[in-house]
Amino acid sequence: MRARHRGPFDEAPETRLSRLLPAISVMLGSCVTLWPTIAGFPFLPPVGLLMLLAWRLIRADALPIWAPLALGLFDDLLSGQPFGLGIATWAMCFFMIDLIDERLMFRDFWQNWLIAAGGTAFYLVVGRLTAVPFGAPVDTVLLLQVLASIMLFPVVSLLCAWLDRDYEPA
Amino acid sequence: MAPSNNRRPGFSRRAQYGVFWSYVFAVAGMLVGVIMLALSYFDPTTFAAARTAVAEATAPVSSALSSVGRTVGSVPDGIGSYFMIHDQNITLRKQIADDHAVTMRARAINYENRRLKALLGLRERIGVPVVSARLVSSSPTSTRRFAVLNAGSWQGVERGQPVLGPDGLIGQIVEAGPNTARVLLLTDPESSVPVRRTRDGLPALAVGRGDGLVDVRSVSNAAATFAPNDVFVTSGAGGVYPPNVPVAKILRHGRDIVLAEAIMRANTLDFALVQRAFLPAPPPPATPVAVPKP
Repeated sequence: MRARHRGPFDEAPETRLSRLLPAISVMLGSCVTLWPTIAGFPFLPPVGLLMLLAWRLIRADALPIWAPLALGLFDDLLSGQPFGLGIATWAMCFFMIDLIDERLMFRDFWQNWLIAAGGTAFYLVVGRLTAVPFGAPVDTVLLLQVLASIMLFPVVSLLCAWLDRDYEPA
Repeated sequence: MAPSNNRRPGFSRRAQYGVFWSYVFAVAGMLVGVIMLALSYFDPTTFAAARTAVAEATAPVSSALSSVGRTVGSVPDGIGSYFMIHDQNITLRKQIADDHAVTMRARAINYENRRLKALLGLRERIGVPVVSARLVSSSPTSTRRFAVLNAGSWQGVERGQPVLGPDGLIGQIVEAGPNTARVLLLTDPESSVPVRRTRDGLPALAVGRGDGLVDVRSVSNAAATFAPNDVFVTSGAGGVYPPNVPVAKILRHGRDIVLAEAIMRANTLDFALVQRAFLPAPPPPATPVAVPKP
């Protein structure tokens, strides 16, 4: 049987790779911690979370609402943060973005950046509160890590947009 | 045009229920995540099995990347040493001649030390090496300071064993899988190592800060003063770490609690030596056996 001719207003056929690409790229972002270096202080931004937020903010239907549960679990196993942090906070980030989308009709990049900054800072601060004792003097390096993560978001966002270049909305 | 809201997928009741249940599932999963977070807050080793299982799969990747890095990194060094070799040879010969007298004196002192110890009837314990392996990766996104070691319980690594580097102490094993183990570095905020000053044996604790440095806290009653470049070595108290392993060097003048830096900067280039716990925990008391009456 010959494949039906695709009309000018038909959706682009969805391949398995294009459906899994967001999840795979987020998992690769989580795998950045496998880079062979022994860190003396937390210098690396949570790249997996940045990828997740970028996908969600660029294209709302890239990942289902339950995706942060699975992706956060994968990140928890690799990041060295207390187990459950990624599952809980990444899912909360998705709910918050859903609520913001409810209020906001349109978002532009600056608003995306602001939302992602809030989400990343939330994840890192909750991680600091649950992982290390309250009096530990890690707040300065944590602040630097949060700033580095916020500065990295545009790059990650561009990367996601580039990965998503073949997507044609219906 | 306003963006379409994909939470209202049209008039299909089936599709609407699908969206509804996916939200129910997501909220339930988030609550489970919060419970897991609470569990691992109160007992950080709760999900160790899952973490080590993943580390088993990922450690070879880090190890391969690391060996590539080592090979590439050694090239400029090799070229440099090829051209420097003549000058280096002269310097080294001179250094050997200079060190000869010191070595002879050290030998004599060593011999005398052994004889005196034998006179005292001291029984010495030495650290028994278990395995030497490389650290392959760490936790650069977290405020905790963990590293992954490329050897596990199949090589004899167990929880609680000390890990030493060529220059000094690295940390302690906290989770051991079959082929990988997780090392708590001594800069971790939860790490605390009993130490003493080399100069006068002042007892102290080296507590990690989490920002790459270590706090040295005096544990003696008298007010202790610290000066820069005071070196602290493990005291052997507590029975985990073998004595006389260099741990930290003081950075500033201070009293009671001062800033110090770890002497061994853990890296993926050097080998890490895992030793048996210096004084292993005593075996559980034997259950009394009923003695038959005569």
